[in-house]
This record gives sequence, C-alpha cells and structure tokens, in this order.
Amino acid sequence: MIEVKNLTKCYGDKIAVNDLSFTVESGEILGFLGPNGAGKSTTMNIITGYISSTRGTVTVDGSEILENPLEAKKKIGYLPEIPPLYSEMTVQKYLEFMFDLKRVRLPKKEHIDKICEMVRISDVKHRLIKNLSKGYKQRVGFAQALLGDPPVLVLDEPTVGLDPKQIIEMRYLIKSLGRKHTVILSSHVLSEVRAICDRIIVINNGKLVANSKTEAFQKEMSTADMVTVQIEGTQSNVLDALQDVRGVTKIVKKGEKFPNVYEYVIHSEKDTDVRKGIFNAMAKKSFPILLMKTEELSLEEAFIRITNGEGVQK
Amino acid sequence: MLAIIKRELASYFKTNIGFVVLAIFDLFAGLFFYAVCLNGNTGNLTYVFSDMFIILLFVIPILTMRLFSEEKRQKTDQALLTSPISLSRIVFGKFISAVTVLALCMTVFIMFAIVVSVIAGAQWAVILCNMLGFLLLGSALISIGLFISSLTESQVIAAIGSLAAGLIIYLMQAITTILPISSLANLLNKISFSSHYENFTLGILSLADVVFFVTVTFTFLFFTVRLLERKRWK
Repeated sequence: MIEVKNLTKCYGDKIAVNDLSFTVESGEILGFLGPNGAGKSTTMNIITGYISSTRGTVTVDGSEILENPLEAKKKIGYLPEIPPLYSEMTVQKYLEFMFDLKRVRLPKKEHIDKICEMVRISDVKHRLIKNLSKGYKQRVGFAQALLGDPPVLVLDEPTVGLDPKQIIEMRYLIKSLGRKHTVILSSHVLSEVRAICDRIIVINNGKLVANSKTEAFQKEMSTADMVTVQIEGTQSNVLDALQDVRGVTKIVKKGEKFPNVYEYVIHSEKDTDVRKGIFNAMAKKSFPILLMKTEELSLEEAFIRITNGEGVQK
Repeated sequence: MLAIIKRELASYFKTNIGFVVLAIFDLFAGLFFYAVCLNGNTGNLTYVFSDMFIILLFVIPILTMRLFSEEKRQKTDQALLTSPISLSRIVFGKFISAVTVLALCMTVFIMFAIVVSVIAGAQWAVILCNMLGFLLLGSALISIGLFISSLTESQVIAAIGSLAAGLIIYLMQAITTILPISSLANLLNKISFSSHYENFTLGILSLADVVFFVTVTFTFLFFTVRLLERKRWK
C-alpha cells in the first residue's frame, strides 16, 4: 500500500531522514518509534506531501507523492502532531470546510455525523474550536483525517493530550480502523504501540534501526536466559540443588521475601530453558516453588537498547 | 477553491477584521465624498478616487496580513497542503476572498454615484472607469500583500511590510522627480502605480493601464505560489 524508498531529507547540513526504506502492507497498522528529533514527523510530513524529500520516493497505492500529488493525497488522511484547526470556527463548520477541501464525494451531513459519532465529538459540534479542551481538539483533528474514508491514515502521536479513558477508546478505535485502513502511527508510548500495531519500525537519527513484527520485535529483545524464582527452604540446601540443574551458569541471591522463602535470579546458557530442570530438582528435594517467571525486557528498555546500540543493565 | 473562498470570507467577518475594514474604508470614503462633492459643489468624483489610494494603502495590509502567516503559525497549512488541491488554487482562493471584501467596501461608491446623479447628473461611464481602476489597483496591492504574508509567520511583520511596500509604491512617482539619473527615473515612472491609476480617475480607460495592473497582480500571485513551493523543498 505504501512504499518508502531511499528517503532522504536534508535541512541545510543537517540530515533529518537518512536513506529510509520500508513498506506497509494493506490493512496493516505500523508503529513508528523513535526518540524526539529522530525524524518521525519529518518522515510523516514527506509521506503526506506536506514537505518534499531531498531524495527518494514515496508511493501510496501506486501514486508517487511528487509525481502525482493530487491522486496520492486523496488516499491519505493525516493527523499532524499539532492538529490543524481553525480556532475561530465551530467543529461542524470546520469539518464541512475540510470535507469540501478534500472534495469528498459522500453524502455530506451523514458522513460528518457518522465520523463525529465515531470519535465522540457529537456533543461539541456547535462549539468554537478555540474553547475546546486539548483532548477534544485532538479528536476533532482525528475526525478531519477520517473524512472521506481514505485508505491510508497517517497519525502523528494520536493519543497525546487525551485522558486515560480516552486513550483506551482511541486505541480501540485505531485498532478497529486497521481492518479497513492502512495505518501509520507514531508514538512515544511504547505500550501503546505494542497494543495497537502489527509491526514496529524504530528510527534513530533519521536511520532505520529496527523493522519487525511486534511479537518478533519483543522476542528478539527478550532475555529468556534469566529466570526469577522464589523457593521455600533453607538457602544453602536450595542453592546446592539449583547448582546441579543442567544449563545453570549463575545464581544471584535476592534475599528472604517471606519467612523461609528466598528469591533467586538464575542465569542460564543461551537458548537453554532451565525451568523444567529447576522444577524437577526442587520437586525431588521437596522445596516448593512459590513463583517462577522469565525476565523480559520491556519495550521501553528494548527501545533504549536498540537506539543506544548497547545492552541495558538489569 | 470555493471551500477556501467561503472559509476566508467567513473568517474575515467572524474575526471582525472584515467589519473593521468596511468601517474604516467607508468612513474615509464618506469624508472625502462630503469634502469634495457635497461641500465643493461638484459631481466630479475624480478627487474622491485619487484620495482613496492612500486609504487603500492602510486597509489592504489589514486584509492580507493573516492570509498565510496565520496558517503557518497555527500549523493549519498542514491541512491545506496535504489536501488534494493545488497550491495555485489555494493562493488564488485567498486572493479572491480578499478582493471580495474590497469589492464589498466599494459598494459605497455606488451610493455616491446615485447621490451625484440625483443632484448633478452622473457621468456613469467615468464612474465605472474609476471603480474598475480602483478595483485593479486594489487587486495589485492585495497580491503584493499576499506575497508578503507568505514570507513570515508574524501578522504584524506582514502588515508593516505590506504597508511599507504600499507607501514606496505610492511615493514612487515623487521619488522619480528627485532622481539624478533620468533613465532610471523614466523606468520607475513607467512602473509607478500612481501614474497608471491617475488615468482611471480622470476617466481614461486605456488597455495599457489595465494590462499593467493585471500583470502585477498575477506576477505576485505567481511569486507566492513559487515561494510556498520552494519552502516545501527547503
């Protein structure tokens, strides 16, 4: 649906986006991650035709954004970082204006009503935009992007300014839109990207540093070679038993959590699952295991790990 | 393009800028009409129109200052530029809306003409020529103001810039008389708005003058489109 090829954008000497290439399949929700100033907004601005790239091409459903801008723009609904709202207009008038500007060929009133219903702004339709709260403004901006049911939605930090309840509603909405639309969304909130997106792209300093399915991304970043356990029994006896388990390389004592219950972090050889071994060894000696969990890097930690190009101290 | 014209016109009157411009324009037009025609006992509107040039210089910047600078400051240009509409239509739509407000201001001239025709019998051809000239002059100034508005994010700078540009244009003829180089003076005289506008106020309709103002208008509209286009590439 969207094909970005060798995209480069220079501002004078500064390279904002550096040779970025990726594709988004039809109906896919793509998460765009990166620290501030990584080039997320710049990339989105290029995809939507707001600014031009220095080099490279962006093709949206067969239309190149620079060669055939009007066709390409017709297929995109864009919610920029700051929603493009005219503060002196009412919500209704603003959406009517955007409807006309985008030359949407749908029944005007019903279509606008439907979208207002969808993003829950029906109750503020006749209020001036300048009097709305940030959450409402964000949703009016989102409504504007949905006008005309464009096959592609580009959303730059769509949940910023919303309260927790609205954030959950918005995520649910985006996820449901993902069935009909192709969505690119950027976000700082990594749990959000994990909850919504099928695939994650990480960029740093304008360069692509990761591009994989959400689950694969997390698996890649997981540290399954580390198991945390809480076991009841005298520490020295338990330690002796644990040491005999195949694959265990190191055991770190974490202290007494409950009376006679100690916590240990067990490191193992790479790609060896020691959990069964631990269970069997403890069962044989009648040391009850009260808790066992593998440690995974959270997406946040994974993110820092990739963008810094180094491991994270646990 | 119709959507843009409709929005801009609504915005002029929502923000009261349209009413302020109408009020200022008609106040001074009325004052000049009273002083020249009613007090001076003449049906000749020539001086009313030539005096209104200076009022136009102050009114046009108010009309054009926010056209692009406000879009950029509020980031609403992102909505315009990512919509399936060409830049030239955006620019032309904004231009037409400002010209429409100016035309609304000018309806007061029709009232003057009716008053004159009752009292002294009006020369309608001359008055129409005057109004055409005024509208062409206004359009040229609007397109210059529009261009200056696309240069900056600040409305104030856009307004002051347009005012300064207007004053230079207004004074150009006077400047030519003190220039030591005659060829340069000649050239400046040829592109002086005043000398071209003067003919209209005298009731002389010449194709050269019409072409001059239309050319200036479209040149600056073209510059505006090119400038906005160039900004996207920067």
